[in-house]
Amino acid sequence: MGIDIRLPLGLLFLLLGAILLVYGAVSDPSLYQQSLGINVNLYWGVVLLAFGAPMFALSRRGVRPAVRAGSTPPSPRSSGH
Amino acid sequence: MTGIDWLILGLYFAFVLGIGVALKGSMKTSTDFFLAGRAIPAWVAGLAFMSANLGAQEVIGMGASGAKYGIATSHFYWIGAIPAMVFVGIFMMPFYYGSRARSVPEYLRLRFDEKTRGLNAISFAIMTIFSSGISMYAIAKLIQTLHVFDGVFLRLGINSSWIFDFAILISAIVVLVYTFLGGLSSAIYNEVLQFFLIVAGFLPLTYLGLKNVGGWSGLKATLGPSYTHSWAGLSHPDTNRLGVEWFGLVMGLGFVLSFGYWCTDFLVIQRAMAAKSMSAARRTPLIGAFPKMLFPFLVILPGLIAIALPTQPAVPPHARVVVSAEPPGKGIIPMKVDASSGKPMLDKDGKPQLDYDLAVPNMLLHYFPPGMLGLGLTALLASFMSGMAGNVTAFNTVWTYDIYQSYIRPGATDEHYLWMGRAATVFGIAFSIAAAYMANRFNNIMDMLQLVFAFVNAPLFATFLLGMFWKRTTGHAAFTGLLAGTAAAAIHHGLTLPAGAVAGIKGGWLAVTHNYPSEMAQNFWTAIYAWTTCFVVTIIVSLVTRAPDESKLVGLVYSLTPKPEEEPMAWYARPASLAIMVIAGTVLLNIIFW
Repeated sequence: MGIDIRLPLGLLFLLLGAILLVYGAVSDPSLYQQSLGINVNLYWGVVLLAFGAPMFALSRRGVRPAVRAGSTPPSPRSSGH
Repeated sequence: MTGIDWLILGLYFAFVLGIGVALKGSMKTSTDFFLAGRAIPAWVAGLAFMSANLGAQEVIGMGASGAKYGIATSHFYWIGAIPAMVFVGIFMMPFYYGSRARSVPEYLRLRFDEKTRGLNAISFAIMTIFSSGISMYAIAKLIQTLHVFDGVFLRLGINSSWIFDFAILISAIVVLVYTFLGGLSSAIYNEVLQFFLIVAGFLPLTYLGLKNVGGWSGLKATLGPSYTHSWAGLSHPDTNRLGVEWFGLVMGLGFVLSFGYWCTDFLVIQRAMAAKSMSAARRTPLIGAFPKMLFPFLVILPGLIAIALPTQPAVPPHARVVVSAEPPGKGIIPMKVDASSGKPMLDKDGKPQLDYDLAVPNMLLHYFPPGMLGLGLTALLASFMSGMAGNVTAFNTVWTYDIYQSYIRPGATDEHYLWMGRAATVFGIAFSIAAAYMANRFNNIMDMLQLVFAFVNAPLFATFLLGMFWKRTTGHAAFTGLLAGTAAAAIHHGLTLPAGAVAGIKGGWLAVTHNYPSEMAQNFWTAIYAWTTCFVVTIIVSLVTRAPDESKLVGLVYSLTPKPEEEPMAWYARPASLAIMVIAGTVLLNIIFW
């Protein structure tokens, strides 16, 4: 159906992870007093990247077979109801 | 909100709209638009099944209940959802999906008759509009309370009284654009994004909160047993925070209300109907049940932590927010303040009331620095918007297939109905906006409407249960049963009153013959009476009316339908295996948090 959900999902989390990671690395450490001294941006950015990357990879891996399938005539849509 | 938070929020909006645009090209038939072309993989449909129900009201409300009632709130998940999700997947989906009905009301027409469908379709259409309006109102109020946009409005020189209108408008436009373009697919895709965003935004919150209060044992030590047990104390309403006894909870919530929602509400069933095969449709609610089982830790625990923290006025230095600097409440939950007088609101014993709805938002502000705060608020907004989109997509389908195609203009081309679906999206959202303003102006009307919806919904599951599993059930019986059940709910509500309430909207408007220890107990028992009445009346009327023609019930009733064939798949992925796993997990959680 249209697009593979893992593509936007992976991309979104890669970008979110990168933003948090970079911000966590450059931001003033005193910001993290409220989060119990833990740089949540940095660590959670890494986690989001670790989630986004395989999602993105899986969506790309699925593309090539789909393209090949596209070269054969499209199967008739289900219209039985 | 600082620049980094806006960047994260903006990124999310870009993706949401981008998905709508990307899907626009594949919306060629009405089936594409209303049922996502029946091509959704099981795991996507499953996450959407669970997330469609996870609106912002759910997230905020579950946190609020966590702070108010403690871990017993998890009953709303563990017995109030999981058994019903398993039941609908294993036993009911073969008929919903197998009948090729395009909506739940359409199933009722196939199984019973036109009038039963009409009753269900019309009441459902009205209800979805109002729920989407009420959630729009709730989020606009939240944005106003948290002062999210105040900084921007100040800089632009716009009066901050417009924030409510702005919040409504912007959310309506975003939801409109992506559902208009991509229909149900768009809504489902966004529900999946929202699911992962909620996990991403709330998991660190629970972690930091638990670490701060000394883990679960620290929480137990601070709050005491009444907050940290789910079943202990349920033998009597006076010995638990919910104010109900176990029978009312299990029958009212666990059976009538939960099965009535998860097994008959088209908002969630639509996700399973969009699945790509029978086996995917059956696995949809089962896959959704796994995260549902674990979500109390994400949405309820923050509420408990909020009430356990040392009481303090928590105003993070960076956030451009004012968390009610009024007299401190309890933990980081402020007191409820009367908007007109500025004084704390008191309950019937003269004790100040707490504004529990701020438990979750205040937790986000308390623990999250810029960056994570943006992610947390984006997750909240995402859950609101996908909750609303869920209502809108269910509405446009029921409107187009069950009302417009059936009563207004039958026999038009598929293209015309696709067009009608898009038009219904536009006026559905317009009506929701009107409902949101109505909620803002006349709170009592909304309370009354929600009460009426509860009366209409309570008996539904009896009709479906008999319809699917007893071939003798007739259309006249289903229709009379539903009306009788709704009447029973109204009469029961009119004759009873929760402790401490005044006769009126809370009940007792006919005469007070019984007092319940809590409003929750009254709700559960109203549902039990409605269900039982509908069940009994449907059976009696079925027996005195002419039996339905069995040949027409093949595929619609259990005893006349061949068992769905199992597709070859790994043993652990089969519906029955998933059901056993999720039930075992839920039982284990109940024992741990007994």
